[in-house]
Amino acid sequence: MDPLLKIVIVDESPIRAAILEDGLREAGFSQVVHIEGTANLLARIYTIDPDVILIDLANPNRDVLEQMFQISRIVKRPIAMFVDQSDTASIQASVDAGVSAYIVDGLKKERMKHILDLCISRFNAFSRLQGELDRAKTALEDRKVIDRAKGILMKAKKLTEEEAYALLRNTAMNEKKKIVEIAQSVITASEIFK
Amino acid sequence: MSDKRLRIGFIPLADATALIVAVDKGFCAAEGLDVELVREVSWSNVRDKLNIGLFDAAHLIAPVAIASSLGLGHVKVPIVAPFGLGVNGNAITVSPSLHATIVAVADGNILDPMVSARALARVVSERKAKGLEPLTFGMTFPFSTHNYHLRFWMAAGGVDPDEDVRLVVLPPPYMVESLANKHVDGFCVGAPWNSVAVDLGIGFILHFVSEILVRAAEKLLAVRAQWAKENPDVLTRLVRAHGRAADFVEDVANRDEVSAIVAAPNRVDVAPEVIRRTLDGRMKVAPDGTVRVNDRYLLIGRANAARPDPAQAAWLYAQMVRWGQAPMSADLLAATKAVFRPDLYDAALGASRPLPASEPADGIGAFSGPAFDPDDIEAHLAACKIRR
Repeated sequence: MDPLLKIVIVDESPIRAAILEDGLREAGFSQVVHIEGTANLLARIYTIDPDVILIDLANPNRDVLEQMFQISRIVKRPIAMFVDQSDTASIQASVDAGVSAYIVDGLKKERMKHILDLCISRFNAFSRLQGELDRAKTALEDRKVIDRAKGILMKAKKLTEEEAYALLRNTAMNEKKKIVEIAQSVITASEIFK
Repeated sequence: MSDKRLRIGFIPLADATALIVAVDKGFCAAEGLDVELVREVSWSNVRDKLNIGLFDAAHLIAPVAIASSLGLGHVKVPIVAPFGLGVNGNAITVSPSLHATIVAVADGNILDPMVSARALARVVSERKAKGLEPLTFGMTFPFSTHNYHLRFWMAAGGVDPDEDVRLVVLPPPYMVESLANKHVDGFCVGAPWNSVAVDLGIGFILHFVSEILVRAAEKLLAVRAQWAKENPDVLTRLVRAHGRAADFVEDVANRDEVSAIVAAPNRVDVAPEVIRRTLDGRMKVAPDGTVRVNDRYLLIGRANAARPDPAQAAWLYAQMVRWGQAPMSADLLAATKAVFRPDLYDAALGASRPLPASEPADGIGAFSGPAFDPDDIEAHLAACKIRR
């Protein structure tokens, strides 16, 4: 590992950037800089003069980075990782994960592969976390809808909480729908009948 | 016939109209094509996903298709374009203060691009004499029509785009913001962004690109050459669907429906009225509401706009050579022309129609310099005083 390798992360998501930065530091890369915001992106990158630039694919600034190839004045000439197509699998994996790398020409391929693999796994870990968070949020929202529907049924049909829930569940099973969908219908209907 | 599934990438711009209508209005489905449109945020992404096969086809800016085919600045993946998604459609917008300065020093009517370019040259040398920072202009990509259109215009007036001003790449959605906070003094971009700047009162449209080049190929429906070879039938169906969509778009009676389809939140995501203005070529050019009408602002299906013209490819290659992005070579010129495939267009949509009389004789119609000869790039370059 080369702890002197300078790595720049361009990512709009501060959480994902932090996850990636941690991973790179754990792997022994001590010179990692996260660039935030879009103003003067190229100028800031030139000042840092990195060996590797990592950018998320959802970032429109990728096109700004492409301008680096056009400017011969800078000492180091970065190239996109896609230029080397020998490792199609890892390119595919990185695009799927949503990250792209620009590296200084001449950087050894094995070293880059290590960094890229690390990025891919961190990016994937982040989207798993995001997915779990989204599911947790949805579950919470569903819970609220079902609770409201139960309340409406308990009041309208003089049911206990258990009976109201059983009614929602049985209706859902009969109609091959989700409980939350039936609950939503109950709420909508009750609003119409108000 | 079981539906063939395709993934097609696009950038949210008005010149994706034929593609969006082909898919959302059912022209692709009628050809047995089940298309998933994938909205992208950068030309780099579109190019890379097309190159590695994540996209079957893409809404691609013409010079990127050429650069990819020639291996310029990036991996070499031959691309072919059987259909043109738009001719023209770009505009040059400047800040109110630069607009006022250009008007003040202009020797004549600034609607004439030669007058405005010479005025810009005067502004540039006055700034230099005062020791002010050079003007900065935004464009969308190193290999972009916007880059070449800006350069062609200003160089004709005596401004060296590499020495006298700064040209910076800006993603289209950031153009307006950059003009507002004075990071740039002007930009060249496609619709709807010029209109957005005018509507916000922070920009004046100085020129439609159709005033600089009467006919300028802009976006292409692009596929990998290999994919075209392996899927000739699917390609024909895809081009046919696009031909029908382009005709539908050009029928003025359909414009409101088209504008609503294209403006949808999952497509270009702007007010339908902005798309309508673009398609009609009725552009608000100044914050005070001044409207300029130009029926060539964006051509989608009319005047053979959708039929790829190798002369257009040659003109773009000539700009790459002019500005030092590509070496001059007969082989590269031939490879460039082979990107634009009128034969594939004709195969799907029937024998080609001759270019209407409204169109320039050389197929380009540049406002300055001799007529363009696609077989003699050197003559074009020899007439350019400013070049690399």
